Amino acid sequence: MNLFKLSWKYLTFRPLSTGLNVLLLALGLAIITVLLLIQDQFEKKMNQDAAGIDLVVGAKGSPLQLILSSVYHVDFPTGNIAMEEAQKISRSRLVKNIIPMALGDNYQGYRIVGTNHDYLDLYQVQFAEGEPWKMPFDVVLGAEMARQSQMKVGDTFEGSHGISEGSHDHEEHAFKVTGVLEPQGNVVDRLVLTSIESVWYTHDEADSTESESSHDLFHQPVAERGFPQTEQERELTTLLLQYRSPMAAIQLPRMINSGTGMQAASPSFEMSRLFELLGVGISLLQGLALILIGISGLGIFIALYNSLKERKYDLAILRSIGASRMQLVMLVFLEGLTLTFLGAVLGIVLGHGFLAGIISVNDQGVAASLNPWVFLQDELWILVFALGVGIVASLIPAWSAYQTSIAKQLTKS
Amino acid sequence: MLFSSSGLTYTHPGQSQLSFPDISLSEGESMLVLGKSGSGKTTLLNLLAGLLIPQSGSVILGETDIMKLSGAQLDLFRGKNIGLVFQKPHLLAPLSVRENLQVAQYFAKEHSQEIDFILKELGMGHKANASVQGLSEGESQRVSIARALVNRPQVILADEPTSSLDDENAAKVVQLLEGQAKKIGAALIIVTHDQRVKDHIANFIEVRSS
Repeated sequence: MNLFKLSWKYLTFRPLSTGLNVLLLALGLAIITVLLLIQDQFEKKMNQDAAGIDLVVGAKGSPLQLILSSVYHVDFPTGNIAMEEAQKISRSRLVKNIIPMALGDNYQGYRIVGTNHDYLDLYQVQFAEGEPWKMPFDVVLGAEMARQSQMKVGDTFEGSHGISEGSHDHEEHAFKVTGVLEPQGNVVDRLVLTSIESVWYTHDEADSTESESSHDLFHQPVAERGFPQTEQERELTTLLLQYRSPMAAIQLPRMINSGTGMQAASPSFEMSRLFELLGVGISLLQGLALILIGISGLGIFIALYNSLKERKYDLAILRSIGASRMQLVMLVFLEGLTLTFLGAVLGIVLGHGFLAGIISVNDQGVAASLNPWVFLQDELWILVFALGVGIVASLIPAWSAYQTSIAKQLTKS
Repeated sequence: MLFSSSGLTYTHPGQSQLSFPDISLSEGESMLVLGKSGSGKTTLLNLLAGLLIPQSGSVILGETDIMKLSGAQLDLFRGKNIGLVFQKPHLLAPLSVRENLQVAQYFAKEHSQEIDFILKELGMGHKANASVQGLSEGESQRVSIARALVNRPQVILADEPTSSLDDENAAKVVQLLEGQAKKIGAALIIVTHDQRVKDHIANFIEVRSS
């Protein structure tokens, strides 16, 4: 028998009150854990996905939408732009690199992105098997997408129009898998990558205006760098740009926004604007979590205080069999600290569990690339904070245990 | 002389002073403290146990003047050397019978293996692992006596230990207290106004409120 065991016996003697207090505290701490995890990983992820992209150019519309659709592949594209205009920008001396993209199709909800090999280099992808696309309708699968659809090199499938599942299928020409990527931990994992030509030709077929000559194109290699070669008037969806010099950051967006029918948006600017908007919601949740923790602290205080009132006899008995005042104080603090320690551990586990839940129901959104089982150093602070709550809640009950007069208690009956 | 007190006086707030007759007991000796309700019998017991500090007088157990001890020292001394039995058993409800005795050993820093032996002696061996909540009044009182005995104290102080028990249990409790005290060589003081106890123990002092 020791003090810790004794305090544990008293805690488990009233399981409902103990359980309720632990649960309340755990819920408050779980919300804080989720917020910490999301904040940490989301920002990291967001920055990682946008690394190397200085500017995104697309059709006019919401700049945030443009960034979300072409960098993070979550929102709808703003529309299409003429390739001729896009090529004009690429000739500017302010541009170091430009990656054209054609978006708008999906396979079972996974987006099909028509682009060139520069996009693979941008994210420094590694191939698990196979190789990049060379011909029209060759595709490379992101790791997560390949895992979910259980496809491998050599398999074929048909894309659907639109970016969400269940739109009409392009049945005329199947895509053929030529490569599968290693898991990257970024947006690429959830994409189907192919050439811009593939996306174009799929839509040509849909319009059923194909001629013999265009069918020959299916068997010509596609452009691996720069813009695809074509004699027709073609459209793209967006362009990812890298600046040649810091000067470009000032001149290029203005030039594009006022001088062309397109718009330019900076990922870092738009994302910080988004975080500002989300900030209100995050503070609200943080407030709620603090209220929950405050209530649970009060609950623990009341539980300890009440149980001590019932236990004044027990305390007096403990003194009469040799316990000192300090040992009784320790006993009270141990109970408070054990309660809050349990709450903290349960809260952290619940927090990670919540996040795992969020991710599993949302396996194609941005949240899907989060990892719920990463533990942060900040979580240690949650533990410290919880133990602090335990100490504060135990102060008054401990003082009253210290003050208990044995003789008075034992003769009161 | 094992246990003695001399010139003990105590004043409860707002009441007149109580002065108590001197006590002296040697090993294995028993004594009753008699007196009317409110005469200060229990106060005397609290003074003897060091639970209250007297205005004057001394209590000597073995070589130790317990009035000279303070705080944690006194608590530990009490745990080791004084066994207390109360009117109500006051067992710790969350613990089993054995754990109630283990707690007494823990706080007195004693580590003897006597728990099962003592429980058997008191006829509670078969309930060692039972919760104390399921015990009858008589059984509970026997466990509380076991708790008072577990550290082999030099003196056992019992405050009205039989007042809530039936004749059979009352007789058993008094016999147990007397028998066990003799066995471990402890002095025994029972505060009581119970006629059934007086039949067993002849030696007594009387407390009168002046």
